[in-house]
Amino acid sequence: MRNRWILFVPLAIMALLFGAFVYRLVTPPETLIQSQWINKPMPLFDLPPATAGVEGLKSSQLADGRPRLVNVFASWCIPCRAEAAQLEALKQAGVPIDGIAIRDRPEDVAAFLNEFGNPFDRIGSDQQSSVQIALGSSGVPETFLVDGKGVIREQIQGVILADDVPRIMAKLEAMK
Amino acid sequence: MKARIFLAAMLTLTALPLGAQDRLPPAPYAYQQLNDPAKEARAKALMETLRCLVCQGQSIADSDAPLAGDMRHEVRTKIAAGESPEAIRNWLVARYGNWVSYDPPFDGATALLWLGPLMFLGVGGWLAFGRFRRGDGEEEA
Repeated sequence: MRNRWILFVPLAIMALLFGAFVYRLVTPPETLIQSQWINKPMPLFDLPPATAGVEGLKSSQLADGRPRLVNVFASWCIPCRAEAAQLEALKQAGVPIDGIAIRDRPEDVAAFLNEFGNPFDRIGSDQQSSVQIALGSSGVPETFLVDGKGVIREQIQGVILADDVPRIMAKLEAMK
Repeated sequence: MKARIFLAAMLTLTALPLGAQDRLPPAPYAYQQLNDPAKEARAKALMETLRCLVCQGQSIADSDAPLAGDMRHEVRTKIAAGESPEAIRNWLVARYGNWVSYDPPFDGATALLWLGPLMFLGVGGWLAFGRFRRGDGEEEA
């Protein structure tokens, strides 16, 4: 009799569990896996040119004192097309941009640049995603903000939107 | 007519995934085993406990996503070069976090997961013990 409230403990536990299940159903967990390779130097790599007429990319070239963007993209990646205008705007504003083309063929990269423009100083071809994996990147497009010493300061997953451009420029400016 | 609408709908649904595939053949060691059976066994065991970043919930050994194939190539290449499976796991965890491993370490985030069963066993034992003792008492009374 004195401990009648204890009868409600199982019910309370079930209600809590139920609440937890409903919460996860309504707010699915974040499925983007963020790179842990932040505030660390660029992994060492030496990628061949992704297409004729554009230089390849070496990690040693990313520490020339100028903060920059390293854009991980692919010609077969549809969202990457939507990002072209923002990359062009950043380039026009004087931001150096290098590219890493994932699992791509030279002729496809050429066609992509031809159609959507070429904001890249250099494009390395990463045919087996090895640099992408070394960066902790899990998809395309992704963009890394790299400071003048070649240290990665931020990872942007997904398409850079027009609204993101001023913030990116300010952050790169602050790294100078 | 209905069939045609259905076909159109199906094509619309599949257009994007088809367009988002690369045209490169898989990496050499994505679908090819290592020549040394002992090394291949080590690579296989490791790949089964690494999580695919694309088909989340599948191991890279099970997934046919291109990135999973490239990760298998990476793992097999490193094993062939003599790296230990744990070193490779740590290398990936440093990049993708514990998320990438199906063998989570014991830390603050997983303590409840590891200790939970012991806790429940303890509580269950305590309840059962109390119940049996009361049972004995009632019989005596």
